[in-house]
Amino acid sequence: MSMLVLTLITGVGLGALYFLVASGLSLIYGLMHVLNFAHGAFLTLSAFVGWAVAQQLGTASWGSFLLSILVGALVGAAFATLTELVLIRPLYERHIEQVLVTVGLSFAAVALFEGIWGTDPINIAGPPWLKQTTEVLGARIPNTYWVLMIAAALVLAALVLFLQKTRYGMVIRAGVENRSMVTALGIDVRKSFTLVFAIGGAAAGIGGVLAMHYTTFVSAHLGSTLLIFAFIVTVIGGLGSLTGAAIASVLVAVLQQFANSYLGGTGDFIVVILLAVVLLVRPSGILGRKA
Amino acid sequence: MSTPVLEVRGLRCSIAGQQVVEDVTFSVPATGITAVLGRNGVGKTSTLRGILGLIHRRGEVTLAGERIDGLATHRIVQRGVGYVPEDREVFAKLTVAENLALAERQRNPRRDFVDALFPDLVQRRAQMAGTLSGGQQQMVSVARALLNDNRLLLVDEPTKGLAPKIVTEVTDALLEASKIVPILLVEQNLEVVRRLADGAIVIGGGRVVHTGVAREILDDDDLTRRLLGVHAETAPARRGEEGSA
Amino acid sequence: MMRPARISSLIPALVGAALIVLMAVLPLLNISIPGVLPTPTYMPGTLALLSLCMVFAALALSYNLLLGSAGMLSFGHALYFGAGAYGLGIALDRFGVPLWPGIFIALIGGMVIAFATGAVAMRVSGIPFAMVTLAFAQAGSVLVRRNSEITGGEEGLSLNTEHVPDFLVGVINTRNLYWFALAVLVIVYLVVLWVDTSRLGHLARATRENEQRVRVLGLRPYRAKLIVFVIAAVLASLAGVAYMLLQSGTVPRAVSADLTITILVMVVLGGVGFRWGAIVGGVLYTLLDQRLTVVAGSDVVAGLPDVLRIPLSEPLFLLGVLFILVVMFLPGGIAGTIDAWWRRRKGEKVRLSLRSIDDADADADAPVEVRA
Repeated sequence: MSMLVLTLITGVGLGALYFLVASGLSLIYGLMHVLNFAHGAFLTLSAFVGWAVAQQLGTASWGSFLLSILVGALVGAAFATLTELVLIRPLYERHIEQVLVTVGLSFAAVALFEGIWGTDPINIAGPPWLKQTTEVLGARIPNTYWVLMIAAALVLAALVLFLQKTRYGMVIRAGVENRSMVTALGIDVRKSFTLVFAIGGAAAGIGGVLAMHYTTFVSAHLGSTLLIFAFIVTVIGGLGSLTGAAIASVLVAVLQQFANSYLGGTGDFIVVILLAVVLLVRPSGILGRKA
Repeated sequence: MSTPVLEVRGLRCSIAGQQVVEDVTFSVPATGITAVLGRNGVGKTSTLRGILGLIHRRGEVTLAGERIDGLATHRIVQRGVGYVPEDREVFAKLTVAENLALAERQRNPRRDFVDALFPDLVQRRAQMAGTLSGGQQQMVSVARALLNDNRLLLVDEPTKGLAPKIVTEVTDALLEASKIVPILLVEQNLEVVRRLADGAIVIGGGRVVHTGVAREILDDDDLTRRLLGVHAETAPARRGEEGSA
Repeated sequence: MMRPARISSLIPALVGAALIVLMAVLPLLNISIPGVLPTPTYMPGTLALLSLCMVFAALALSYNLLLGSAGMLSFGHALYFGAGAYGLGIALDRFGVPLWPGIFIALIGGMVIAFATGAVAMRVSGIPFAMVTLAFAQAGSVLVRRNSEITGGEEGLSLNTEHVPDFLVGVINTRNLYWFALAVLVIVYLVVLWVDTSRLGHLARATRENEQRVRVLGLRPYRAKLIVFVIAAVLASLAGVAYMLLQSGTVPRAVSADLTITILVMVVLGGVGFRWGAIVGGVLYTLLDQRLTVVAGSDVVAGLPDVLRIPLSEPLFLLGVLFILVVMFLPGGIAGTIDAWWRRRKGEKVRLSLRSIDDADADADAPVEVRA
């Protein structure tokens, strides 16, 4: 029973992490039809910088932990905005080139990170509470999972509020549906592109800092594996759908944890099987628009 | 004769490398409704989209004396062009109110005018546009274009797929609208054209093959058959406020 | 009725043949290109490097068939390369079969995997397709890393040379491996050429341009694309086999998304849609990677201030930046740019972009590229 509870809760917690990364990807793809390969790099850089900040202030304090998250979000947003303005915008409407350019960026960024911070993973530490566990129904849940869940819930709420209640959010929602009609209403969608990149970058940044605490280390490749899961989640959830990404994140992660616990560590594999099944049955994803 | 609101010279448009508009030249007067006629697939919709810059185009397009053919779509629209696309293209996941709010460009949009014209929409402000009927979506689409102080409306087949009663409502609305803004109207329904249009431009094979007074063209059965491939409506020419039977 | 063959259309074939002959006799010559080749051409150092270049050129060719001819952007091509390499290794190690049956098994394995993954991936197209292929490659990578019993796990799988004919084993025989690699490259090139010029190739290209029209004509685009996909995959497996023999072993990286991206870089660098571009891209990248690694480890770079040293000591960083620059400013790659220059000289129209690639959202109504 406690094993079940553990698997379930850690699944949701891991799903929270996936959501933090996938939310940005989904929005970016939904609005711009760009597959942002550099998303992992945003994540990794935010983690490194967040770690540097936390170290300055003392890693054990909650203040430095929260500050590192904030810094991570800002770094992610900044990196993403820069990427959009310098690399993506000039290639307006050339989607394949835009994807390729993000591929090149991820390539170069990872190499640069290795050059700056070395190839070995760096062990990190945070507030001691994170390393402890809380007991729920007989299962000992590592506290990092609670933080992940809270963060993801907050980000989701913030995103939904933004999309529903602000004009920019409205423009983005409309743009995801029909971008050319938005321009035909006299709105410059390019501003929305930058905004969506920035938002995605911020979410990825938060995800990066938290991922680092989750894995207890930071390395140049931190973003890469997470990115692949984020891609899978985005496809399963339906490209461009934020709620789809949320649902798929939890679904994929819980399944993964179950497979790891009960099917002998085949979690990664099961996820790909799930992707294949979803594609065979419903190619546009759970909540995606039918092409 | 006042200056035309829109002058198109030598417009050539292509979609994914395919030439869809060969060489189109015409003017749109600053008042009234000008119809764009032609058989299916001759390039009527592409002409409108080319004017707006939604597809790849070359040639001269002048709006109220200013060249707009080099501008991006949103800039053209900001200069005062309203667009009512074929198939309406309302945002299904936004409410009616949001669809309209999105379209508002100015500080004082023509809210009262639009609300008076489409009372049905006022009631449905909080409804998701995707759940509206075809006719109601058409109203939203037209309303969007009327909210701003536009110099010209480009309207593409507004009565397509609508029941006769709705067709009448839509044409009524367009007639009202034409009192405050000139309209370039692509339309296949010749009864509607007869009711609404002053001038007409006929397109064939990607070029303009005839221009003139709409009623005169439609009254000439041979001409109509030659240009449009159909018989003109045999109902007597009647342009005015009364709805058709 | 026989048409007299025009000399001008034979020139590419003659040039190709001459190049093959040149490459074949290279190990017997003593040519040195300092700065590019580590040793004179008859010595194993250079031969090994050139062999690697050729293996990657073959891999790039197979990818170009997918991307350039059929317009399918795949991020999982390395899966089939790895299947070839690991397939051969496992066949030789576990099943103890001799070399040639082993190669055959590896190729069949690659084909089967390609059919299965391709059929599923092609349920979607464009960018979603790319993501799915990425996922499959990732799964393969995980499989390889996890099952260390069969695949050697993180350490990789070394070549069990028991059943490999002597003339392909050992540094002394680098020359023979070189010729093997050359043979593989020639085979791959010929197959790609055959597909491109066949009805299948034309169908695939037509599908890339306008899938609707192909379907309306009653032809089956899905089948054509799948067949091309599988052929490209099998060619990649063949390259993987050669790689395995060359390196006397393989590592999990051979199945990784990293490698596919490397292949992508090669093909884009060389010029998408040009066979000779793919070869140039593969060779150039491999050489650059080698040289840059040497430069990166040199004393000159170590003595530079940090701001310069760090980027320069990471060859992949430089290659990534180069890639970005090529995509932004020279989307045709080397071959594309040269070809465009050549065509402009002849007065032909030129279309220099990657736009005709399979793109699920290739809207008919794409807005104009206007810098307002």
